[in-house]
Amino acid sequence: MAKVSVNLNGESVEADDGEMIIDVARRNGIDVPHLCWNVRFERIGACRICVVEVEGNPKLVASCSTPVKAGMVIKTHTPRILEARRTNLELLLANHDLSCTTCAKNLKCRLQEYAHDFMIQEVPFSGKRKREEVDYSSPSIVRDNNKCILCEQCVQVCNKIQTVYAIGLQNRGFKTRVAPPMRMDMNESACINCGQCVVACPTGALTEKSSIKEVIDALNSGKYLIAQTAPSIRATLGECFGLPPGVPVTGQMVSALRDLGFQKVFDTNFAADITIIEEGTEFIKRFKENRSLPMITTCCPAWIKFAEQFYYQELHHMSSCRSPQAILASLVKTYYAEKMGKDPKDIVLIDIMPCTAKKFEILRPEYKGEADYVLTTVELAKLIKQYSIDFLNLPESSFDSPMGESTGAADIFGQTGGVMEAALRSVADLMSGQDLQRVDYVNVRGMETMKEAEVDLGGNKIKTCIVHTLGEARKLMDQIRAGTSPYHFIEIMACYGGCVGGGGQPGPHRKEILEKRAGALRKEDSDKKIRKSHQNPDALRLYKEYLGEFGGEKAHKLLHTTYTNRCIIKKCK
Amino acid sequence: MKKLSEYVDTEKGAKELAGDRVTVGVATCGISAGAGETLKALQDANLGVLVDPVGCSGACYNEPIVTVKQGGVYSIYSHVTKDKAQKIVDAVKTGKICGELFTAHGLTEMDYYKKQQRIVMENCGLINPLSIEQYAACGGFKGLLEALLLEPKEVIDVMKDSRLRGRGGAGFSTGVKWSFVLGKTGKKYLICNADEGDPGAFMNRIMLESDPFKVLEGMMIAAYAIGADEAFIYMRLERPLSIRMMQKAISLLGEKHLLGENILGKEGYNLKIRVKKGAGAFVCGEETALMNSIMGQRGYPRPRPPFPAEKGLWDKPTIINNVDTMANVATIMKIGLDRYKKIGTEKSRGTKTVCLTGNVKRPGVIEVPFGISLKEIVYDIGGGTPDGTKFKAVQMGGPAGGCIPASLMDLPLDYEPLTAAGAIMGSGGVVVMTDRDCMVDVARYFMSFTQKESCGKCTPCREGTLRLLEILERLTDGSGKKEDIELARKLSIFIRDSSLCGLGQNAPNPILSTMKYFMDEYVQHAEQKTCAAGVCKNMLTYVITDKCVGCGNCARICPVAAISGKLKTKYAIDDEKCIKCGECMRNCAFKAIEKKSTP
Repeated sequence: MAKVSVNLNGESVEADDGEMIIDVARRNGIDVPHLCWNVRFERIGACRICVVEVEGNPKLVASCSTPVKAGMVIKTHTPRILEARRTNLELLLANHDLSCTTCAKNLKCRLQEYAHDFMIQEVPFSGKRKREEVDYSSPSIVRDNNKCILCEQCVQVCNKIQTVYAIGLQNRGFKTRVAPPMRMDMNESACINCGQCVVACPTGALTEKSSIKEVIDALNSGKYLIAQTAPSIRATLGECFGLPPGVPVTGQMVSALRDLGFQKVFDTNFAADITIIEEGTEFIKRFKENRSLPMITTCCPAWIKFAEQFYYQELHHMSSCRSPQAILASLVKTYYAEKMGKDPKDIVLIDIMPCTAKKFEILRPEYKGEADYVLTTVELAKLIKQYSIDFLNLPESSFDSPMGESTGAADIFGQTGGVMEAALRSVADLMSGQDLQRVDYVNVRGMETMKEAEVDLGGNKIKTCIVHTLGEARKLMDQIRAGTSPYHFIEIMACYGGCVGGGGQPGPHRKEILEKRAGALRKEDSDKKIRKSHQNPDALRLYKEYLGEFGGEKAHKLLHTTYTNRCIIKKCK
Repeated sequence: MKKLSEYVDTEKGAKELAGDRVTVGVATCGISAGAGETLKALQDANLGVLVDPVGCSGACYNEPIVTVKQGGVYSIYSHVTKDKAQKIVDAVKTGKICGELFTAHGLTEMDYYKKQQRIVMENCGLINPLSIEQYAACGGFKGLLEALLLEPKEVIDVMKDSRLRGRGGAGFSTGVKWSFVLGKTGKKYLICNADEGDPGAFMNRIMLESDPFKVLEGMMIAAYAIGADEAFIYMRLERPLSIRMMQKAISLLGEKHLLGENILGKEGYNLKIRVKKGAGAFVCGEETALMNSIMGQRGYPRPRPPFPAEKGLWDKPTIINNVDTMANVATIMKIGLDRYKKIGTEKSRGTKTVCLTGNVKRPGVIEVPFGISLKEIVYDIGGGTPDGTKFKAVQMGGPAGGCIPASLMDLPLDYEPLTAAGAIMGSGGVVVMTDRDCMVDVARYFMSFTQKESCGKCTPCREGTLRLLEILERLTDGSGKKEDIELARKLSIFIRDSSLCGLGQNAPNPILSTMKYFMDEYVQHAEQKTCAAGVCKNMLTYVITDKCVGCGNCARICPVAAISGKLKTKYAIDDEKCIKCGECMRNCAFKAIEKKSTP
């Protein structure tokens, strides 16, 4: 692209022709305030807080949606601009539920941050204010329109990135609101609980539904308490305590959970290895029989609900294997309970997950009586803080046996491409019957939302595809529906970047941050001695002692599941 | 290329127009005055001459209008409601003129038309709008045929040369706009914006209902020039007659093979025109919101650039012009550059259709050359304000426009002078106001309109217009403070500067311009709590004067029993109870009740 020179606050800077002013400014160290802008979304120019002056234009222009031109003279903070931004904030605050201290996003809210920066201590406007009932219906997400500033970020991520269309804009003018269609509440809507809207929301209008109170009650119930932590938590929890992205805190996390009062801390990674063994076995079987291909991974509960709603006729393409969370939950309440001679009812299992959709997953009837509560990464950090635990200075400790040991393959589950890479490592060995050297499948890595890789496994060419974000998944599913899918094996994750970008992870979810988190997981993997799931000694012992053969009858009963037709059209009231 | 006569029976049209004929104006305005029934009565009367429905000639104040042409003599009759239709029947049958209803022997005889120059509306009210033959006989399609003799680029050059400015409001050169898509290949779209939504603007409606073929001809020329083979005309659902007329006109063109492939035998000139009905959101008149609406999406404006000429409908290059512009295109190609160039001013050539409404004696739609003074429009054409009132200002350009005070009435009708004075040309609505109109209340009214019609996308417009309205409501209901005026002014400037689209950017204009010229009224409302015009209810009292004879009628009429007294003595109004509805004053036979501004 052609380079042009523009004048930014008196200095000459270089920019791509047609690049948006905000991008040029940010590259040059000017973080223009913004509420509706997101680098991954369409530039809608709605909030108008990012206005700047451009010489020759009598109006202020939105820097997010105004492209630069050669010789453009731009100013980003004249008194006129600051006054406009202040008035803009005053208008937003005049129509806002100003309950900051009791808001879930307190101290994490961009509106609050800007109001603070602009020292708005009094709002000169009074009059009408929106008053709506808060929607608590969803197991994952709380929607409070009284705090909504209509930046549309949630609508963009839900409709354009995820193509779920659970929420949209309604009414017009001052009555404009974001809500599910047809007067549905969030639980009735097509919401897949991915929580990406929560991540995108700059205010407290969309927040995750907290289970902290229930967990505190459980911690004091006298029951036997077990925690499991998903692969990505160790790479992100540190950020909640001020560490830079990409610093793993596995040891401290386990210690903190013990300090909170958990008798056992198991690793979901152990279950991830089992997932690979089962899924890999299933894939090899299907591949040999050339049946229901491509097979699609099913670790992601948001993706599963998406498929059940929009592609219910293609559900036979889904692997029947449970997600790692559900596998560990199943094993805790059967194998482990039996082993310890405990009544499963006396065990409380709490899942630490990166994901708001897991809160929905544990409520699925198939998983009834297994996991009890889900805490997201952010919630766990809050709980640790409530218990006044000095997290960063905790000694490191390791997961408990017998479900604490995992391979490098499980570590990478928390990022896009990880499940596929882990699966390929095992499938290659299991198909060839050898212990192959190759563990790195570089083609499946990286942040592109759709990646293809063709792998030669013992003379069999296996075409794989890895997507994250469901808009991309929709493309693959449409191919499958049309019978034109060229693939054998597909990995789908709902969230951008995979679980490191999950709806329950600390924000912001910028690409660079997600990459650092993924890098931490990748390093855990490469540091491990055993990097193939089917070589996990604890897992192999479990099969020998309890489950029988890979993909066998007992394994099927405990580790596999079924799916439901949730065709969205029936839901209309 | 083929001849028009191979498609349309022009002679039939010419014969109809040349012979004896009785016409009734049955556009929406005529119908609402009862013209539909008049037409039926005349058609049922076996007059022995052709009784033709025609569109509107623009003289709304005379509706229903019947024109009789007998033996080459025209007689225009006004206010011919159904009960008076028999008089026209008698007049036609006897060949005499009905003096009671007679207005003139032709439009040019009427004061209303003397300063008008009708080139775009030339057929309005004269031909049957759905008679393709009559349209052709009046020189219809001549412009199209002329255009097809030229290369598309040459047509664009003609438009550039004509200095035709888009009639939608901003006044951007039509030729320049078209030239943006000139080099672009592949699919292109043409849109005719017929989403006329300003309160007090209905010139497009009259055009669509009175001469739909002219608009379509303009679209056909535009499509040829820019190379679009698909065109939309975006209309609002609340104007069902316009939509029906347009749909009928399009299907008539199709039947005559004047739409479709290789039109008029011109190889490669293909065009399909479709009507898209919008639900009537004001913001859908904004071009990007309009395109979203056509595409089936929420009528939300999007940031520009990219402009529609780059990325329009379905991301394809798209040209949007309004109804008036399309009609002008056809007119220019028909009458030729030489004649067109002589009309109007140097910067703005041609004529402008203007809706003259408000407190004026002769409201209606007029077509005047650019450069005519506002005074001529209000007084010479409109006949001035009703007796007993004093002319105060005109509000121009609808809710996005502004007020121009009586002292500036020598301003010419043109884009730049009006903008400099704080108003805009807009679609061309002129609302006349007198000393009975409160300017703060006028600002409040327009703000309530834009506030209701704000799409809700950008913060300044969505939140800001409501706060402005609330401030104006406080000022007009007597609870306003002096500081409110400055707050409103600052907020107005913010909304004007920061909003996403034209709706928001222009929404504060009514406030800013009334503040500019009528600040004293704002101060009176805020400080003295008085409304000199006697409009703001909370600042009024109704008093009974000594003229009262004690008939007691007012006490019986008062809906809240606020009036009491003894028969044959002076009655009194309890101000606490009075809701200021004014019923007593309107019904007092002795004019003994007066409205006074609260001191």
